[in-house]
Amino acid sequence: MNGFKTPYPDYDVLEKWDTPSWNPQTRAVVRRRLDQVPERRFLTEQEWQLLEAVAARVMPQPDRADPVPIVPWIDDTLAANRGPGYRYADMPPMREAWRQGLAGIAGEARERHGRNFGELPAEVQDALLGAIQRGETDGRHWGDLPAARFFSELLLKQIVAIYYAHPAAWNEIGFGGPASPRGYVRLGFDERDPWEAGVPDV
Amino acid sequence: MFERITEPRARDGRAPDVFRPGAWMPMRCHADEEEVDFAIVGTGAGGGTLAAKLAEAGFSVVAFDAGPFWRPLEDFASDENAQGDLYWTDERITGGADPIQLGSNNSGKGVGGSTVHYAMVALRFRPEWFKARSKLGYARDWPLSFDELEPYYEEAEESLKISGPVHYPWGRRRRRYPRRAHPMNASALVLARGAERIGIPWSPVPLATLSAPRGMAHPCVYRGFCIYGCSTNAKQSVLVTFIPRAIRAGAEIRDQAMVGRIEMGKNGRATGLLYHRCGVWHRQKARHVVVAGYSIETPRLLLNSACAQFPNGLANDNGLVGTHLMIHSGPGVWGEMDEEIRSYKAPPSLAVTEHWNYHDEGKDFHGGYAFMSGGPLPGGWAHTLIGARGLWGMALRQEMTRFNRMAGLRIVGETEPKPHNRVELADETDQYGLRIPRVTFSFSDNDRRLMEHSIGSMRAVLEAAGARNLWSDRDSSHLLGSCRMGDDPEDSVTNADGRTWTIPNLWVCDGSLFPTSGGVNPSLTIQALACRIGDRIAAMAKRGELGR
Ligand SMILES: Cc1cc2nc3c(=O)[nH]c(=O)nc-3n(C[C@H](O)[C@H](O)[C@H](O)COP(=O)(O)OP(=O)(O)OC[C@H]3O[C@@H](n4cnc5c(N)ncnc54)[C@H](O)[C@@H]3O)c2cc1C
Ligand code: SF4
Repeated sequence: MNGFKTPYPDYDVLEKWDTPSWNPQTRAVVRRRLDQVPERRFLTEQEWQLLEAVAARVMPQPDRADPVPIVPWIDDTLAANRGPGYRYADMPPMREAWRQGLAGIAGEARERHGRNFGELPAEVQDALLGAIQRGETDGRHWGDLPAARFFSELLLKQIVAIYYAHPAAWNEIGFGGPASPRGYVRLGFDERDPWEAGVPDV
Repeated sequence: MFERITEPRARDGRAPDVFRPGAWMPMRCHADEEEVDFAIVGTGAGGGTLAAKLAEAGFSVVAFDAGPFWRPLEDFASDENAQGDLYWTDERITGGADPIQLGSNNSGKGVGGSTVHYAMVALRFRPEWFKARSKLGYARDWPLSFDELEPYYEEAEESLKISGPVHYPWGRRRRRYPRRAHPMNASALVLARGAERIGIPWSPVPLATLSAPRGMAHPCVYRGFCIYGCSTNAKQSVLVTFIPRAIRAGAEIRDQAMVGRIEMGKNGRATGLLYHRCGVWHRQKARHVVVAGYSIETPRLLLNSACAQFPNGLANDNGLVGTHLMIHSGPGVWGEMDEEIRSYKAPPSLAVTEHWNYHDEGKDFHGGYAFMSGGPLPGGWAHTLIGARGLWGMALRQEMTRFNRMAGLRIVGETEPKPHNRVELADETDQYGLRIPRVTFSFSDNDRRLMEHSIGSMRAVLEAAGARNLWSDRDSSHLLGSCRMGDDPEDSVTNADGRTWTIPNLWVCDGSLFPTSGGVNPSLTIQALACRIGDRIAAMAKRGELGR
């Protein structure tokens, strides 16, 4: 299960950095993403640690010495209170939802296993997250927060949006990455431009 | 964008020249106390188009937008996560049995409105939809006919230099599109192959992005980031078409200006509006006010403008403001191909079939749907996998490596206008102290039957094209209705000109006018309506009918 394989082992989207595929504003945005990972501002130290453990199961990166950072960017969104522009009628405002949701996961872990989430074996963590995804939770730990909605709409969505905005993730799926002012010419079946990922290993 | 833009750019007699980095174009400016002919709230498909039409007809116009005046060449990054300021992200509450995902999905904020990040699909309504009740036996009739709108469809298409096929297979015979069609990407070829194998027609999508240069704008380079903003100006958004036209004709655009209230005089006419810019509230006087904030902000502003004389909100004597909100349902079907597709290249939707918009036989529902090829980028694709299949962990990471082989189709599906699908005010307030909107939406049984039917059709096409391991997801797009136009003052908010029934100098000109949703993307119809409303206002002014 932990063996991850990419069909594009030799592709590196950052090799295009100095080509016409990357305009200055895109370089600035991606450089900040790579070099200026924000410090903790909103979450407590404990919440941060818990979220690290959760993110490591939602987006496992055992193949990387230097995993793509996720929690700092969630914290950044929360510190700026930058929401998506809507909130479900059965959910509290975004910041509260995260606080309650993390407390829910922590409470659920202690209740079921008598330990902190971060101390549980990976399979047990996965089983617990799966139960939360299906809404099989104990209401006492969640307040008025719908656990399944928190899991799918906030937790999962944020984690994967951050992961798949990182060049390392673009590489492993063979995505062309930034493309302006130069876009693409060869668009048809099995066609690729020289500045795209090459033929996949299958 | 790298930095958030918080200061207005359009002021002191000039506005950004979107075609030249760092350059400006002269702009006529008005003082707040000067009574202008038209104050327009919103500069998107409806408001921005109307601003140009009215300024060109010789009226004095100020058009307000809550968001920034973008410089696409400098501001827009090729990135899914860094373009969030394009969206309306002020707090909104969404509920009902099928809550609508708002924000990036359907709500833009900034000069040009949602057309800055739209997907450029430029389709006309099926002619009979304007008389859906009398000709097709469902929903309701519009207060105008296809014949009345046809010249304005043509005007909108010409203004946007739509690129399209020589013969479009559906609808009334038409003149050639102004520009030739774009080449198909592999994702579009999947739709074409499947449609041909099962024997239904398909077509390249008429698109509002250039296939040949236009002035300072280059043709589309097929970079595929369209719904995150076009950094080349090939996209014919309102920002790079009608807005420069409006400014050249003498209109003033006021960016970063949130309108909070329409003010009423004792004679039952609007006198102007209150807007928030640079941290202070200002009052702009106007002879006419046009609301063009789209299907949520338009009713919200009318409701938030309630006063002693109109305690239920403006133009709301019959209680219809905010009701009959519609969306386009958008289930999709996805599968894996033997070939590499790489649908991240080129505009997301390049091929379409409108077969089930025009072919009613064998339907167990009213209404229609079109479907198009899809082209999600990685973050969007991961969200689809989470939403439809609940994937996470290594299963998700591994599944994502098939990204380049996936092909998919998604519908633009009609939904019924229902009174309980609506926009109301919540008690909570936003950063301006204005009550925020609460949106309620639930699909009807008919809507559900339409979606089921469409999934069957899309499966048939994808399977025929050679896709394997098919699965489907649920999504939605576009907002429509909430201040519908009609023939009967008891049963609608405005007449066919967008003029509200109860306040003669208060108008609506945006997607909220739609009485029904049709099964195609809405903005060409919104822009055709805006062109018509502009001509109608000019004609009424000539006849001295505006003062009444
Ligand atoms: C991702 C996406 C893809 C799309 N693809 C297509 C497509 O391919 N084809 C198609 O036809 N349509 C498409 N659409 C839909 C299309 O963009 C909208 O239907 C259309 O832009 C709506 O026009 P409008 O004038 O009603 O509102 P908008 O264009 O949204 O303009 C409203 C403007 O009003 C401003 N505003 C609102 N309230 C206030 C206030 N109180 N004060 C000041 N300013 C205010 C907002 O900031 C906004 O700029 C797409 C939309 C999205 C989001
Ligand atoms: S594909 Fe064309 S329209 Fe879309 S963003 Fe690129 S240049 Fe603009």
